[in-house]
Amino acid sequence: MYETHYHRAGSVDEAAKLMGEAESGKYVAGGQTLIPTMKQRLAAPDSLIDLRHIADMKGISVSGKDVRIGAGTTHAEVAGSSDLASVCPGICSLAGHIGDPHVRHMGTIGGSISNNDPAADYPAAMLALNATIHTNKREIAAEEFFVGMFETALEEDEIVTAVSFTAPDKCAYSKFPNPASRYAMAGVFVAKGGDGVRVGVTGAGMDGAFRWSEAEAALGSDFSAGALDGLSVDAGDMLEDLHGSAEYRANLVKVMAKRAVAAI
Amino acid sequence: MSKVEMTVNGRAVSGEVEDRTLLVQFLRENLNLTGTHVGCDTSQCGACVVHVDGKAVKSCTMLAAQASGSTVTTIEGLASGGELHPVQAAFKEHHGLQCGFCTPGMIMAATDMIERHGGKLDEKTVRAELEGNICRCTGYHNIVKAILAAAEEMSGAAKVAAE
Repeated sequence: MYETHYHRAGSVDEAAKLMGEAESGKYVAGGQTLIPTMKQRLAAPDSLIDLRHIADMKGISVSGKDVRIGAGTTHAEVAGSSDLASVCPGICSLAGHIGDPHVRHMGTIGGSISNNDPAADYPAAMLALNATIHTNKREIAAEEFFVGMFETALEEDEIVTAVSFTAPDKCAYSKFPNPASRYAMAGVFVAKGGDGVRVGVTGAGMDGAFRWSEAEAALGSDFSAGALDGLSVDAGDMLEDLHGSAEYRANLVKVMAKRAVAAI
Repeated sequence: MSKVEMTVNGRAVSGEVEDRTLLVQFLRENLNLTGTHVGCDTSQCGACVVHVDGKAVKSCTMLAAQASGSTVTTIEGLASGGELHPVQAAFKEHHGLQCGFCTPGMIMAATDMIERHGGKLDEKTVRAELEGNICRCTGYHNIVKAILAAAEEMSGAAKVAAE
């Protein structure tokens, strides 16, 4: 790792101010992606601004069906929240299957969505839950937030402070983890609510997480795994690497979607 | 350079380190606590697991500066007064190791796991919870056996204490 300067922010405003003073700063929360990336020298920020101690960015609040999760909330906290499990168990299950127990103790929801790794689990849920991403500057709909692979609508100094959504009637997430890395090769989050069905897909798309609108329409009129039988995902939009061809991933998306529907 | 201060195994420690210093480096090189191992150095193997503020984390994936102000427990802090921690004793009893390199991380992961699940651990859960700890010798069977035995003993001890 190249040398860097560590700064611990006590508030969101202080963090933004520190970023303004840095030459090439990066925010770090759990650091479960950024620290390994820096160790590989694939990233070399001159300043690291630590968001992990900002109290305002932590915690889960559930009021009726309205859910708000602070960006600094760890995967373990989301997985273990009984308040959240009572209205939206699908997101608890998703969080409980990210990485491993030690990673879940550090990694945060804000970090996961801000990084927008094409294999990250949370982006699929944010799309399917029609979530709003709150930052220190504005509110962004999930669909506008995820722009492309490792790319979001965030400006350089902008900080995700929370996510919020209305809990759907039912939801579930199903993923096929790569047997070695355990990252999703395809992960599908299906949410069924008053406004219909939404399907978010991660791990497979060339441009990162996306909504599978054909599946949403099919499930809207017949909410059963069989309703997806006649559909296919365009392999031309899928990632292809040594772990699997585009056609393989396209098929996996469908299989994971069917499993998620069957689990609801 | 930054000054880091933390409590490690009950002892207040401090040091002046480069900001890029990993927690595991600080533990091993500054404090000479070499029980915490660096296996893969890529956040996968779990040989470096320690507890930070009571939670198992990978000390190769956290800066010492990030841990400043925290309470850290390493494998050296588990035994008390020359008596092995029940998880350490169970690994010995059930031969939950061969070369031993992964053992410190396994034991720190196991104690965290038992604490979170209490007496409700079963084999399937233990195997799933070991996702972040790699052992290349044992095939995991004796590790799982040792963790289940320790969990049972610790929940029995907790019941006796409560009665």
